[in-house]
Amino acid sequence: MASHAVTDLRHHFENHDQQKDASTLGMWIFLVTEIMFFGGLFLAYIAYRTAYPDAFGAASNTLNIPLGAVNTAVLICSSLTMAMAVHSAAIGKNKLLITFLIATLVLGGVFLGVKAYEYHDKFVEHHVPGPNFDFKSEDAKHPVDPHNASLYFALYFAMTGLHASHMIIGAVIIVVLIRMAAKNRFTPEWHTPIELFGLYWHFVDIVWIFLFPLLYLIDPKNK
Amino acid sequence: MITATPTQHEPKNYINSDYGIKSWLLTQDHKRIAILYLIVVTAFFFLGGLFAVLIRIELATPAGDLVDSNVYNKLFTMHGIIMVFFFLIPSIPAILGNFLIPLMIGAKDLAFPKINLLSWYIYVAGGVFTLYALMRGGVDTGWTFYTPFSTSYSNSYVIATGLGIFINGFSAILTGLNFIVTIHRMRAPGMTWFRLPLFVWAHYATSMIQVLGTPVIAVTLLLLILERGLHIGIFDPALGGDPVLYQHLFWFYSHPAVYIMILPAMGVVSEIISCFCKKAPFGYSFIAFSSIAIAVFGFLVWGHHLFVSSQSVYAGMVFSMLSYLVAIPSAIKVFNWTSTMYKASVEMSTPMLYAIGFIGLFTIGGLTGLFVAALGIDVHVTDTYFVVAHFHYIMVGGAIMGFLGGIHFWWPKITGRMYADTWSKLSAIIIFVGFNLTFFPQFILGYLGMPRRYHVYPPEFQVFNVLSSAGASILGFGYLLPFCYLLYSLKFGPKAPANPWGAVGLEWQTSSPPISENFEVTPVVTQDAYQYSTREEVKVG
Amino acid sequence: MANHPPETEHSTTHHIVPTRVYYGVFAALLVLTGVTTWIAYIDLGRFNIYVALTIAVIKASLVMLFFMHVRYSSKLTKVIVASGVFWLMIMFLMTMSDLATRGWMRVPGR
Repeated sequence: MASHAVTDLRHHFENHDQQKDASTLGMWIFLVTEIMFFGGLFLAYIAYRTAYPDAFGAASNTLNIPLGAVNTAVLICSSLTMAMAVHSAAIGKNKLLITFLIATLVLGGVFLGVKAYEYHDKFVEHHVPGPNFDFKSEDAKHPVDPHNASLYFALYFAMTGLHASHMIIGAVIIVVLIRMAAKNRFTPEWHTPIELFGLYWHFVDIVWIFLFPLLYLIDPKNK
Repeated sequence: MITATPTQHEPKNYINSDYGIKSWLLTQDHKRIAILYLIVVTAFFFLGGLFAVLIRIELATPAGDLVDSNVYNKLFTMHGIIMVFFFLIPSIPAILGNFLIPLMIGAKDLAFPKINLLSWYIYVAGGVFTLYALMRGGVDTGWTFYTPFSTSYSNSYVIATGLGIFINGFSAILTGLNFIVTIHRMRAPGMTWFRLPLFVWAHYATSMIQVLGTPVIAVTLLLLILERGLHIGIFDPALGGDPVLYQHLFWFYSHPAVYIMILPAMGVVSEIISCFCKKAPFGYSFIAFSSIAIAVFGFLVWGHHLFVSSQSVYAGMVFSMLSYLVAIPSAIKVFNWTSTMYKASVEMSTPMLYAIGFIGLFTIGGLTGLFVAALGIDVHVTDTYFVVAHFHYIMVGGAIMGFLGGIHFWWPKITGRMYADTWSKLSAIIIFVGFNLTFFPQFILGYLGMPRRYHVYPPEFQVFNVLSSAGASILGFGYLLPFCYLLYSLKFGPKAPANPWGAVGLEWQTSSPPISENFEVTPVVTQDAYQYSTREEVKVG
Repeated sequence: MANHPPETEHSTTHHIVPTRVYYGVFAALLVLTGVTTWIAYIDLGRFNIYVALTIAVIKASLVMLFFMHVRYSSKLTKVIVASGVFWLMIMFLMTMSDLATRGWMRVPGR
């Protein structure tokens, strides 16, 4: 397999170490741009939650916490299977690699399915910002401004939507990787695409790790 | 009859290694991609310049006789958008940086050649969106897209233009990513960090800003588009949103973006001054680290654009004080360049004329920056021509002087041809004179209180406006000259030797134009940069 | 190898992490998810958000250090991750320095 790996060396690199170092570094820098990309939305969230804590709390309480927690667990499982996929590639177990990639894909699909179900609920309840938006405070004594609740849902959809779009892009890439693995393209010496995709997938997981408490858990549920 | 092609006898280089439009559009050679950028960026420069011409003609008289206010709003908006996002930001990095960084560090190419080509296509795609918006009638929000005007009231093509800039941003991100990885991982043996040319340091700092800042403008424009399309209320005060939050997000990128424009020009100037003084720049490490310092400090000061935007007074004070920090590394650079020239035998070549012009104009632009960084003065001059003059001294006087200086310095290397020396010196002087005549009167106009972005003005301001418009016509002529004689040199200019200026630096060790692989043998670096006293000893291979 | 630039910051040293580390991290992440959900049902007043965010930071750090191998990576990788977080904090803190202090000064008429 060593001869195969040599063909993957692009002409402008001196050796494989240099090529792999460059790709890994590039991926990390890309992830930094992703941090800043999501960061803009997180900043908007911080700004408006500081300004309208009650409306954000009331709006947050309409979300389905058990579903959110389950989805978090699903995503953590997919992170584990992804880490195991990278591990399998590194020790050269191709069948195991394919199994773990498929598991990751399935878990990602489950996450998106649950997310779609939650979106559906929000549509039914008229919690989607826009002309049909309708928000009634559960606490009649301290009603909140529906405009401010609408801001919460705007950010909810923007953040989870951007996150979900990253998952969808990730799912497409997993399919490509599964096909490559099925053709025995990866070796313990060269499986850079798997490693780099692993970094991406874990990053998407981290975004959700923050979205879950910020969107679902900010307000005590039993006051 | 078949004419023998003269190129058969020429040694192979990156230009004649392959022929046909496909060999250019699908190339992965960083040098060819730089040429692709050069062509499109130049086209955008002249398009943006055309809008400036129309603005200056309109302002020659106090009355609104050429265009009405709506058209005028679109003119300055399109001028700003095209010049900032499609000319200044890609100009030096994507053309000169792309061409030179691998040569300067002794690499065969950038780390990711395919991504490099992709970034050009993304840039073109972003440009197409923006041109589409322009054809349909343009945008009238100003290049800053301030909300809620841009989201709720403007009757122009905000979404298409916003998408264009959003897409274009990914081109800048990918270029910056490529440069950082290249500088970290592709250096030739012996090319340590403190042997890197200052041009490379400047581009490293620029790339940091592109990577850390550009994603924020991307997500901001995304929110802007959502808000305009769906009225979700994020920036609409009527729905509880905060329009000033938009300004924070916008300037978090767009203030550092000014350093994306000026830092590469500083890198160019460091190279030129060192070469034509034939000595190492005074205080190499200070110049190198001041680039990084500018990139870092540049992210701490954006609030000085919001002094009159109902930002809190306390934040205003903090941002005002932090803004002065940027003056420190900027001044270090200016002092070091002048110290380099001190007691040197300065050769007044064309690139050197641009470099000296840069120092003077950047100093004026930088010092007036201190004026507007001061809270009290800024309240007086905000949104007047004082600010317009200030940032044109940086962006035109600084960035474009640096760009033209760099183009003249490396033209023999890029094209393998020499340009006409008399013409080029003449045009450098014309540009310097025309620039000052255009923009210096605007400082006075602004101080007297003429607001920017109006197409009519009281008659007492006419003298300075006529001076400015006269200067603009000289400046415009000055920009056309290099376009003509540089194109002329492509066909009729004398062949350039490998090292026409007697410069050190790896890019001058290879042929002009370089071969596709840049170097016959990967160079081994044994010396610091700028060893002018012992330059015979620098060897390749 | 001789042609490679003399870097001190190597990231390739191939480190194969034992799988039990992954399973341990995985278990910790699941437990923390359970804890943070459980605490959301207890009224801690304004401390709910701090607890939730602290747990989130711990979880994110676990994923970064072990699943993303930052713990075994070069200094350069660590610097890049840190700079991303640092710039994010610049953006948050400097913007909030405006938004949080706007009410401090009494403006006539407001």
